[in-house]
Amino acid sequence: MRKTMVSLLAGASFLALNSMAVHAQELTILWAEWDPASYLQELVNEYQAETGVTVTVETVPWPDFQTKLFTELNAQGSAYDMVVGDSQFLGAASTGGHYVNMTDFIAKHDLTKTMAPATMKYYSEYPGGSGQYWSVPLEGDALGWAYRKDWFEDPKEMEAFKAKYGYDLAVPKTFKELIDIAEFFHRPADNRYGAAIYSQNAGDAIVMGVENSVFAYGGSFGDYNTYQVSGLVNSPESIEALEDYRKLFTFGPPGWGNAFFAEVNTAMAQGQVAMGMNFFAFFPSLVNEATNPHAANMGFFANPPGPRGEDFAALGGQGISLISYSQNQEEAMKFLDWFVEEKTQKRWAELGGYTANAAILESEEFRKATPFNEAFFQTMFKVRDFWALPEYAELLTEAADTFYPYVVNGEGTAKETMDKLAATWVETLTAAGYAAK
Amino acid sequence: MANLITTLDPASRAASRGWSDTTIRNVFVIPTVAFLIIFNVFPLLYSLGFSFTDFRASSKAPVNFVGFKNYINVLADPVIWRTFSTTLWYVIVSVTGQFIVGFGLALLLNRPLPFKGLLTTLLMLPMMLSPVVVGLFWKLIYDPSWGILNYALGLGPVAWLSDANLALYAVAITDIWMWSPFVMLLSLAGLSAVPKHLYEAASIDRAGKLYTFFRITLPLVAPILLIAVIFRTMEAFKTFDIAFVMTGQPAAELISSRLYKMAFQQWQTGPSSALAYIILIMVLCITNIYVKYLNKAKER
Repeated sequence: MRKTMVSLLAGASFLALNSMAVHAQELTILWAEWDPASYLQELVNEYQAETGVTVTVETVPWPDFQTKLFTELNAQGSAYDMVVGDSQFLGAASTGGHYVNMTDFIAKHDLTKTMAPATMKYYSEYPGGSGQYWSVPLEGDALGWAYRKDWFEDPKEMEAFKAKYGYDLAVPKTFKELIDIAEFFHRPADNRYGAAIYSQNAGDAIVMGVENSVFAYGGSFGDYNTYQVSGLVNSPESIEALEDYRKLFTFGPPGWGNAFFAEVNTAMAQGQVAMGMNFFAFFPSLVNEATNPHAANMGFFANPPGPRGEDFAALGGQGISLISYSQNQEEAMKFLDWFVEEKTQKRWAELGGYTANAAILESEEFRKATPFNEAFFQTMFKVRDFWALPEYAELLTEAADTFYPYVVNGEGTAKETMDKLAATWVETLTAAGYAAK
Repeated sequence: MANLITTLDPASRAASRGWSDTTIRNVFVIPTVAFLIIFNVFPLLYSLGFSFTDFRASSKAPVNFVGFKNYINVLADPVIWRTFSTTLWYVIVSVTGQFIVGFGLALLLNRPLPFKGLLTTLLMLPMMLSPVVVGLFWKLIYDPSWGILNYALGLGPVAWLSDANLALYAVAITDIWMWSPFVMLLSLAGLSAVPKHLYEAASIDRAGKLYTFFRITLPLVAPILLIAVIFRTMEAFKTFDIAFVMTGQPAAELISSRLYKMAFQQWQTGPSSALAYIILIMVLCITNIYVKYLNKAKER
C-alpha cells in the first residue's frame, strides 16, 4: 500500500512538474480579429517549428478589442503574455503599469534606427520625445485609398470629366480633386456612388476618417506637448477639412451612416463606389478575385495633399507590447528578439504583414510586391496620429459624438462642431489635470 | 407508512428520507445565499461605493471620495438626459408594440387552428435567438442598398438605421419582432386558464363578442399581462445588445449604450457607477407602479 502511495505521489509530482515545464513553452498574443492576425499566426508557427515554443494569437473583434484588453489589464490578469495594441493605448497602458518598459530592448536592437521613424514615435514612445519605449512596431498601417481603375480610364468618363472640371480624370493630386472625382461619379440613379468613407460612431472609425482630412488640410487635433486645443482643433484649416469630409460623405452610398472598414470593402467589392478610404491592412482582400469580383480593376493611392500643399495621413497600425502580469516574460522577450531580426521582418512582409522595418519598406522588392505597397510606402513617411494620453478614450468618444451629428446628420456647421469639440476637450483635459487651453 | 409520510410537513418528509434540516440548509440554502452575496450583493454595494469616488478602473491613481459630485454631474449632463428621453420613448414604442402583437397572436392561437403546435413553436423562434444575431440579421434586412425590407415594400433606398428620425423605430421594430412571442406565451397561458363556463354563461346571456372580451377575457388575463409588461419594460429599459450592433446614430442611443461607453470605453468607473444606480432607481420606480396595478388587478 505504502509503495503504491509513493508511486502515485511520484507520478503526480512528475506530471505537475512536466505540466509547468510545458506551460512555460506557451505564449499567448492578443490582437484584434483581422487578416494580419492570421498572418502573424502563420509567422509564429515558424517560431514554434524553430524553438518548440507554442505561440497562439488570440483575437477579439475590433469593436471589443480595447474593452477586452483593458478589462484584462485592469484585473492584472496573466491570460496574455503580449498584446498588439493601438498607438492610442500607450499612455493608459504605460502609466497604468500594464506594459513592461522596453527602452533597453529597443536600444539593444537599435530599433530607433532600423524601424520607420513614425512607427517608433507613435507606436512605441510615450510620452512623446521622452525616449521611453513600450512596444516594438509590429504592423505598420495608415489610411489610403482604393479606386476603380476601369472607371477612371474609361475614355467617355475621361472626356465628360474634363469637360466638367477642366482637368484630366486621374488619380487625385489634391484632396479637392478627390472631392471633384467623388462628385463626378456620384450617380444614385445608376446605383453608382462617389466615395466610401468611415462614418461609424463606434471605436475610432469616424474620428480616423476626419483626422485623415484634417491632417491633409494642415489642421490639427491639438498640440500633444502643450495640450493646446483651442485655435488648433477649430482652426480654419481643421474646419475646412471637416466641411469637405462631410461633402465626401454625401457622395457615399445610401444609408452610409454606420460604415467602417468592412462596409468600405463591401461597397468596393459590390462595384458601388469609385473610391474607398480604408486602412492598407484591409486592401489585400480587394485584390483577391475570391472576395472581390472587381479585383483586376483595383488601383490604390496615398492620401492626397490638402489645398495648401500639406501632405499627411492618419496613422493606423500597432506595436507589440509585453504585459507586466505575464508569467512568461523571459520567454516572451526571446520571442521578440527573434521577431525583430531582419530575416523575420522580411518573412513577416512576405506573409502579408506590414513590417515597420525601414530598409524592407524602402526596398524595390517590397514596393512592387502588391499593387498597394507603393502607396503604403509613401504614406508611412507622412503619418500623424491621435492623442495617446491615458484619457485618449474619452477624447476619442467625445470627438466621435461631436463629429457624427454634423457629418452624418448634417446638423449645425463645421465651425460650430469644431468649436464645440475644442471646448469639450479643454474641459476634459483640464479635469484630468493637464494645463489645457 | 406511505400515508404517514404524505401527511408530514416537507421538512419531516425530507428528514424521513435521510435529509435533515441541517443538511438541506448546508447543501442548498447556504451555497445559494453565499452565491447571491458574492456575485450580486457584494458587487452592488462595492459599485455603490465607487459611485462616490473618482475611481478609474484603468488607472492606479489614488482614489478620492467626491461625495455626490458624480450624481450631480451625471444629472446635469444634457447627453444623459437625451439618452434617457430616447430610452423612455423606445420603451413605450417597443413594449406597446410587443403587447399588441403578442396579445393579438395569443388570441389567434387560443382558438382551434390546424398545426397549432407547430405554429406556436415557429412563432417562439425569434426569442430563442441571441440578440446580437438578431441585430446583425435585421441590419441586413434594413440595408438601403440590398436589404429585403425596402425591396419588399418598394420604398427605394430608405436608410432605416442611419436616418436620425427612423433609427430608433427600426431598433424598436426588431425588439418587437424578437420579444412579442414572450408576451404571446404568457398571454396564451392566461387565456387558457380562463374558465370555459364563464364564456358559456355569457353566451347564454347573449353577450356580444366585444362585451365578453372586455368583461371576461381581459380582466381575467390582466394580471398575467401586467407581469409580461413588467418583464418587458425592465428588459426594454436595459436594452443594449440589439441597439449597439445595429446603429451608431446618436438619436437612437439608449441609456445602456451610454453607460457602456462611460464604463468600458472611457473607464469613468465612478461616474458610470452613479449612472448605473440612477438607472436602477428609475427601473425600480417604474416596476413599483406596475406592481401596484398588478395588486389592484388581482384584488378585482
